Amino acid sequence: MEILLKPWPWYISGPLIAVVMAVLILFGKTFGMSSNLRTFCAIGGAGKYADFFKFDWRAYRWNLLVVLGAVIGGFMAVTFLSDGSTMALNPETVKDLSALGFSEVGESLLPKEIYSWDAVFTIKGLAILIVAGFLVGFGTRYAGGCTSGHAITGLSNLQWPSLIAVVGFFIGGLIMTHFILPLIF
Amino acid sequence: MKILKFIGIGIFFGIVLVKSEAVSWYRIFEMFKFQSFHMYGIIGSAVFLGAATIWIFKKTNLKDTEGNKINLPPKDKGFPRYIIGGIIFGLGWALAGACPGPMYILLGTGVFSMLIVIAAAVLGTFVYGLLRDKLPH
Repeated sequence: MEILLKPWPWYISGPLIAVVMAVLILFGKTFGMSSNLRTFCAIGGAGKYADFFKFDWRAYRWNLLVVLGAVIGGFMAVTFLSDGSTMALNPETVKDLSALGFSEVGESLLPKEIYSWDAVFTIKGLAILIVAGFLVGFGTRYAGGCTSGHAITGLSNLQWPSLIAVVGFFIGGLIMTHFILPLIF
Repeated sequence: MKILKFIGIGIFFGIVLVKSEAVSWYRIFEMFKFQSFHMYGIIGSAVFLGAATIWIFKKTNLKDTEGNKINLPPKDKGFPRYIIGGIIFGLGWALAGACPGPMYILLGTGVFSMLIVIAAAVLGTFVYGLLRDKLPH
């Protein structure tokens, strides 16, 4: 039991993610979390504005159930399966973040400098969350998939488009982390 | 039963991603700083095992629970959409520290400000749908 409460090493977690993908394939589905964003648009009536959202979203209800499960899983993991220990980040990472003005680094999953209500209720804080979410939602649909659809499923299926997309993910991520975050914080 | 199996796989996914810390903004930052093997190990081992699994599924002509032959639809051909869309996604991923799966999982961990990110992601998808015919693919 104690081992469940500690953070799980990569060589346990990675293969378990592959299990999630494999089980969804065995159920006749595919592992793709960003598709739900398009489904939400369709449910909200976006089909009136663009043909891209004119599809029978009921066929994708199963994926919304995966989302519901993911929310429950997140709740269960922090409520029943966590010992509240600080994350074992590289000390260099902690130092870099301290230099950018972040404190209590790794004491929770997300930095309070971005996700606390104190941060969110500033113009800058609100703009960060909206811009970040918008880029993820726009980019993932433009690229035709996200980390689950391209980086895990697409690469596992040896698809060139997914490799190009993952290279793109990294170019974008490196630009943000190395050049833009230091300007924001 | 059908409902439970999908909720169940979602719960499992959520727990794995929290316990692996892959949902953490800090881990994403650390990954893009090349300061830890952790995230590369997670993605790398998932892809390695995933590739072996899909290869076996195809080789053995395995059928899914619906009785259909396992067939992963290939992605459309093209280059601009994958590289440009990928870069846009990557910018957002590193800023939010979360991609679409972790967004929901983190909401479950009690971070309700994530609802703003999710709403903005839905808006981003909607705007893509509006502009789709004008963008290079």
